[in-house]
Amino acid sequence: MTAAAPALSVEGLSVEFRTRSGIVRALDNVSFSVRKGETIALVGESGSGKSVTAYATMGILDPAGKVTAGRAMLGGLDLLSAKPSQLAEVRGREIAMIFQNPRTALNPIRPVGRQIADVLIRHRNVPRAAAPAQAIEMLRAVGITDPARRARAYPFEMSGGMCQRVMIAIALAAKPSLLIADEPTTGLDVTTQAVIMDLVSDLARDMGMATIFITHDLALAGQRSSRIVVMHAGHVVENAATKDLLAHPRHPYTAELIAATPDAAASLDKLASVSGSLPDLRRTDLPPCRYSERCPRKIAACAQPLPHTTLDADHAAACWHPLPIRRVVAPTESAA
Amino acid sequence: MTILLDVADVSKLFTAGGPGAWTRLKRRLAGGPQTLPKVHAVEDVSFVINKGETVGLVGESGCGKSTLVRALTRLVDLSEGSIKLGDRELSLKAARVFARDRDRARIQMVFQDAGESINPRFTAFDAIADPLRRLRKLHGKALIERVETVATQCGLPPQLLSRFPHQLSGGQRARVGIARAIAVQPDLLVLDEPTAALDVSVQVVILQLLQRLKKDIGMSYLFVSHDLSVLRLLCDRVLVMYLGKIVESGPAATVFEKPLHPYTQALVAAVPRLHQSGAERLRLIGEPRSPIDPDPNVCRFYGRCPRGTDACKAAMPALRALGDRQVACHFA
Amino acid sequence: MTDIAIARREGGMTALVRHARYVISENPVTGFAFALFLLIVLAAAFGPHLVPYDPLASDTAEALKAPSAHHWFGTDKYGRDLFSRVVVATRLDFFIAVASVVLVFLMGGLAGVAAGFFGGWTDRIVGRIADTIMAFPLFVLAMGIVAAMGNTVQNIVLATAIVNFPLYARIARAEANVRREAGFVEAARLSGNSDWRILTFQILPNVFPILVVQMSLTMGYAILNAAGLSFIGLGVRPPTPEWGIMVAEGASYMISGEWWNAFFPGGALMIAVFCFNLLGDGLRDMVDPRKRT
Ligand SMILES: Nc1ncnc2c1ncn2[C@@H]1O[C@H](COP(=O)(O)OP(=O)(O)OP(=O)(O)O)[C@@H](O)[C@H]1O
Ligand SMILES: Nc1ncnc2c1ncn2[C@@H]1O[C@H](COP(=O)(O)OP(=O)(O)OP(=O)(O)O)[C@@H](O)[C@H]1O
Ligand SMILES: [Mg+2]
Ligand SMILES: [Mg+2]
Repeated sequence: MTAAAPALSVEGLSVEFRTRSGIVRALDNVSFSVRKGETIALVGESGSGKSVTAYATMGILDPAGKVTAGRAMLGGLDLLSAKPSQLAEVRGREIAMIFQNPRTALNPIRPVGRQIADVLIRHRNVPRAAAPAQAIEMLRAVGITDPARRARAYPFEMSGGMCQRVMIAIALAAKPSLLIADEPTTGLDVTTQAVIMDLVSDLARDMGMATIFITHDLALAGQRSSRIVVMHAGHVVENAATKDLLAHPRHPYTAELIAATPDAAASLDKLASVSGSLPDLRRTDLPPCRYSERCPRKIAACAQPLPHTTLDADHAAACWHPLPIRRVVAPTESAA
Repeated sequence: MTILLDVADVSKLFTAGGPGAWTRLKRRLAGGPQTLPKVHAVEDVSFVINKGETVGLVGESGCGKSTLVRALTRLVDLSEGSIKLGDRELSLKAARVFARDRDRARIQMVFQDAGESINPRFTAFDAIADPLRRLRKLHGKALIERVETVATQCGLPPQLLSRFPHQLSGGQRARVGIARAIAVQPDLLVLDEPTAALDVSVQVVILQLLQRLKKDIGMSYLFVSHDLSVLRLLCDRVLVMYLGKIVESGPAATVFEKPLHPYTQALVAAVPRLHQSGAERLRLIGEPRSPIDPDPNVCRFYGRCPRGTDACKAAMPALRALGDRQVACHFA
Repeated sequence: MTDIAIARREGGMTALVRHARYVISENPVTGFAFALFLLIVLAAAFGPHLVPYDPLASDTAEALKAPSAHHWFGTDKYGRDLFSRVVVATRLDFFIAVASVVLVFLMGGLAGVAAGFFGGWTDRIVGRIADTIMAFPLFVLAMGIVAAMGNTVQNIVLATAIVNFPLYARIARAEANVRREAGFVEAARLSGNSDWRILTFQILPNVFPILVVQMSLTMGYAILNAAGLSFIGLGVRPPTPEWGIMVAEGASYMISGEWWNAFFPGGALMIAVFCFNLLGDGLRDMVDPRKRT
């Protein structure tokens, strides 16, 4: 894992949306990287910029959005400054994306089998005659029963989770080298979720597919990723190896997220909710640390620009007053 | 305890994946047989919900939870079975007529996708006001007052009421959906994965809200969810469904602690936990059975069941009582 | 409480106006199209009162004069002022376009929405009607209708509407069909709305903006269709000023050098069609919920 070169490295990505009510600074200096065969998880509450990060990398931002800084290197190609024709070539063949809303991303008036076959024909040069059979195989792989019959069904004839799996089949049909999965398993039960995630890890292992896995389920991220990148209001606040991050969160926000996960809690009342809410990203007076206004550990130092975190640090937390390290992980690391 | 909802032998079949219209027409002209393949989405489901009880419903994706719930809320017609709300038999009236029935207000529902369930051209106010106008005949000042009351009850600030759904965040939309459903004070509130699309911080708030509302208003809940930890926290009793049938039911705590049915066991084992890696999970292998024209004598779980034997191929296990629980497995 | 009541009443209209202003400032072309549209509406409304000459008065002494300070667009073979005729014709052409588009919206739009929502027999009947119309080359069908029923303005409007019926029915059907299973429709059922109420108060408001975009786009086509009918002698009869006839009458003079006879009415026709199409694009942006913030 340490030797492999990054499949994708995002450096200093900043994105703004121009809206009628002001400029939304959706992403600010976002950096992370994912290696071949590795799965990283992007977590954070709703509106923290996870999807925008994915869209910007794919080059499919809303027309109102603009990348103001940063690079996203895929091999030798900077996706953010690539020509549309280059990007179109890469998309679908090299990078595939699973979208957040499966029902809206599927064509409602085309049988699902055909929609998968379309991708196979377009991106994998599968002969027209062989595509339907392969499409059925893909449906089987994502755990849809009786795939031959289901291939003829329209999206409205399938349950919510089945639509989601069709969407996943479409993304994986192209056998991409980088998969961006935007909350691929919300709305799936845990056994089906396991089937899907197993399929993704098989592809990662067999073909060295790198995966960026966007979710707000920390437990799932903990099980399925080797690194977790925590986002808050367009900032990366913490980036560490999964086990380390879950056991010893350094950023107060990460700690609160972990406490809000309904896992071990004995009753609902004991479950903590993250205090406060995301700051309005249209504000011009956003503090350097966008979490500081809801932070229980705020100190005077928080008003200065965020500490510089290096991309290759083992455990990076963008915080002036991080939680203490309970067990010493690396002797060189020290609390600020 | 008084029984609020009594569901008996409910089945719902869909026609699906058959030959095209043209082939069917040719067959009909030739006088051939007209058997179309059927999806057995829900089959012979029976259960009761008591007054003030919270019942959870869990099951694999595509096992028929939404279909069952849509049948109970009278959005679709049943193929067979009866649904009794108190003394009233609901299944006799067709779904499209039931929309204007006097008991319409007694069962309400919160939908899986809150964003999709609010008309994009309606403001939050109009969305919440709609059932009050139609079912409670409220108008003018009384209407505005009532909408404000429920919105506040659901933690929705009144100034958000003039917004359109796309101007609301996911959590706020979920609140609009809940406010609309409880506005007419139903006896039974059905929630189809109300928190699936929400992140944990919002989810906690919504769950706490639901628990508070239950105390304040005294509704019964039927709560569909994939999240076992949520069900454990919120529900008195759970029903586990597999391919259209109920395979296990019982008190939430014991069912998830000591699952009896192999499917429930797999389900519980598959739950990702915060401080545990994926290595020791139980993997379900084998091909799931098709819900399209299934063999009535084979257990639905046969083929994926780690315990499957020939007995499971010979007779479908019936749901039988074991103490305060029920399970449909020959070996439980 | 009154706050909300006011906010609600304001919500719709002022928000729309503000949004329209935003879209126009975002895309100057749309602003241009709106300005042009306004000009056409003004010409249609007040044209006959403003023009310098009587559009029907011939003056043989002035026949076939090139554009000049007296006759901005020149004169035709009877010496009628072309500028006056082009401006006055706006009303008739605009009326034909609007009337036929409104008519086809009522017929095709409603039939399509009902077909998409109810499915079954309604769908089959509407589909067959649309297919039958589509089986003919559209312009030939319009010709046939006008030829059979007589070439009055009403029949031109009717023919143009019928020709566009399949387009509207299809779009409305598709849009209603994808919304038939939508969550908000089910929610409306739970709230005690009957099918008809759902159709009119839930589905139609969602399909309407899409059809409005279509209306703007087909208005250009409707004008062309009417002009085309007039051009081949099946539409409005001379000497009524109408762009199609004027182009037809002027066409023969192109070769002999009196280009303005066909050029100006043709130009007016082109600008109108162009304007309606641009307007359609602008409206599409405006009703696109993703561009709303
Ligand atoms: N088209 C847009 N115009 C304006 N602002 C936008 C647009 N798209 C996203 N944003 C803003 O960017 C921020 C990040 O949004 P994003 O969709 O990435 O969140 P997310 O982390 O994916 O949340 P979720 O978990 O709900 O999907 C939000 O504040 C959102 O309001
Ligand atoms: N309109 C329909 N026509 C044909 N088949 C349908 C229709 N609606 C549902 N089905 C089928 O019924 C079965 C149950 O679907 P349902 O939506 O109830 O599943 P679910 O348990 O809610 O799943 P999920 O958790 O993924 O939402 C599926 O096999 C589905 O394909
Ligand atoms: Mg997102
Ligand atoms: Mg469902």
